[in-house]
Amino acid sequence: MSFARAASTILGKELRTEFRSRELLGTTLVFVLIVLALFSFAFDPTREESRHFGPGLLWLALLFAGSLMLQPSFVREQSNDTLAALRLAPVDPFSILAGKIAANFLFLLFVELILLPVFAMFYNVGLTAVLGRVVLVLVLGAAGISVSGTVFSAVAAQARMRELMLPLLLLPALTPVLIASTEEMVGLFGNPPETQTVWLVVLVCCDVVFLTAAWLFGEYLLEE
Amino acid sequence: MQDAEGSAPPVRAAISLGAIVAIAVLLAAASYAALVVAPTERTMGLIQRIFYFHVPSAWTGFIAFFFVAFASVAFLRTRRPKWDRLAVSSAEVGVACFTIVLITGPIWAHPVWGIWWTWDWRLTSTLVLWLLYISYLILRMMVDDPERRAVVAAVFGIFASLDVPLVYFSIWFFRTQHPQPVIGDGGHLDSRMAWVLMLCWAAVLAVMAVLIRVRVRLEALRAEVDALRMRGSGTSR
Repeated sequence: MSFARAASTILGKELRTEFRSRELLGTTLVFVLIVLALFSFAFDPTREESRHFGPGLLWLALLFAGSLMLQPSFVREQSNDTLAALRLAPVDPFSILAGKIAANFLFLLFVELILLPVFAMFYNVGLTAVLGRVVLVLVLGAAGISVSGTVFSAVAAQARMRELMLPLLLLPALTPVLIASTEEMVGLFGNPPETQTVWLVVLVCCDVVFLTAAWLFGEYLLEE
Repeated sequence: MQDAEGSAPPVRAAISLGAIVAIAVLLAAASYAALVVAPTERTMGLIQRIFYFHVPSAWTGFIAFFFVAFASVAFLRTRRPKWDRLAVSSAEVGVACFTIVLITGPIWAHPVWGIWWTWDWRLTSTLVLWLLYISYLILRMMVDDPERRAVVAAVFGIFASLDVPLVYFSIWFFRTQHPQPVIGDGGHLDSRMAWVLMLCWAAVLAVMAVLIRVRVRLEALRAEVDALRMRGSGTSR
């Protein structure tokens, strides 16, 4: 089976699992909403401040959400030992990982796109002029979180206290993604909106580096 | 750990007495040079002498973290447990070095800048780096099966080391864009200061080498004990 077909089969399986159970997306959406609401109590921003701090809070909330929602990606396979079954398939082991990365990317992007208008309303930012560029940042950020998050979820699944291990491994590693996507968004929501190419480059670099590392070394995580 | 079972070669002493004496002499000479020989810095005074151990610790820590990446790749390619032992030993020594950096830094900063900490790019990225490798060590504690532990730690170690340049660049760019306390570290070093710094670095490097060696041996002994215990309880796999 070709790499693309194997990966898209895994992707289909992940999406089907989620749409049958509907556990992950709804819970994560509500989680991010709660965090966004609590931030407004913790910092009590004025209108001007909220435009400035908003993007940072949004990305912090998304990072936390990612470190929680990527957990089941491999843990779910453990309860019935289905990862062993997947490994038996005569396909490139990276295609299993790639399918899961793609699924997690779509889940995260879905959460981001639903939350974007809510965020814009809560934190008083104008979206219409910069919508395309904001979506680009969301896509690049979601890619960074989902690639490293899926790999680290496979790492954490083999550890004790795995619910705590994933955030511990993931959050410091995602510092560059947090900085770049936050700064880029602060620029976009500024007056006048400003595109900072350097942060887009950093985001692309993170995505490329994480993806390359996952491609080169990820398959070791799947072996027995 | 297959090689520790059965006819494992006897573990040699990690380091000879002569080497210990030589390193002790080197360390004493370096301390003497840093505290007495090096000229007192004009504006900062005596507190600047902490720099002779602060900077070498940071350089040595980077080298130790480089060993982690190298040993992790080598382990995944060869599957020989000695590389995993080198990785964990280097990570611990690197974390120790950066702990020294993070402790001596504020001790120096308080009298000189008037504050213990500032979110300057160098301090911030050092802190994130330290946290990354602390996570690596915690991960190792949390995986029980030695072979799984070696593999997942190697993959995470490689990811962490690839992440380091991204962390440094993004924090550097982020911080230099924003107003921050001015940190005067420009100018050039007095030649006496420079050789004292090099002597101290040599001493710290020697200590790193000894610690890694001793730690690798300890890890080998642990693996041997685990293997013996497993055989004793009849659950050897």
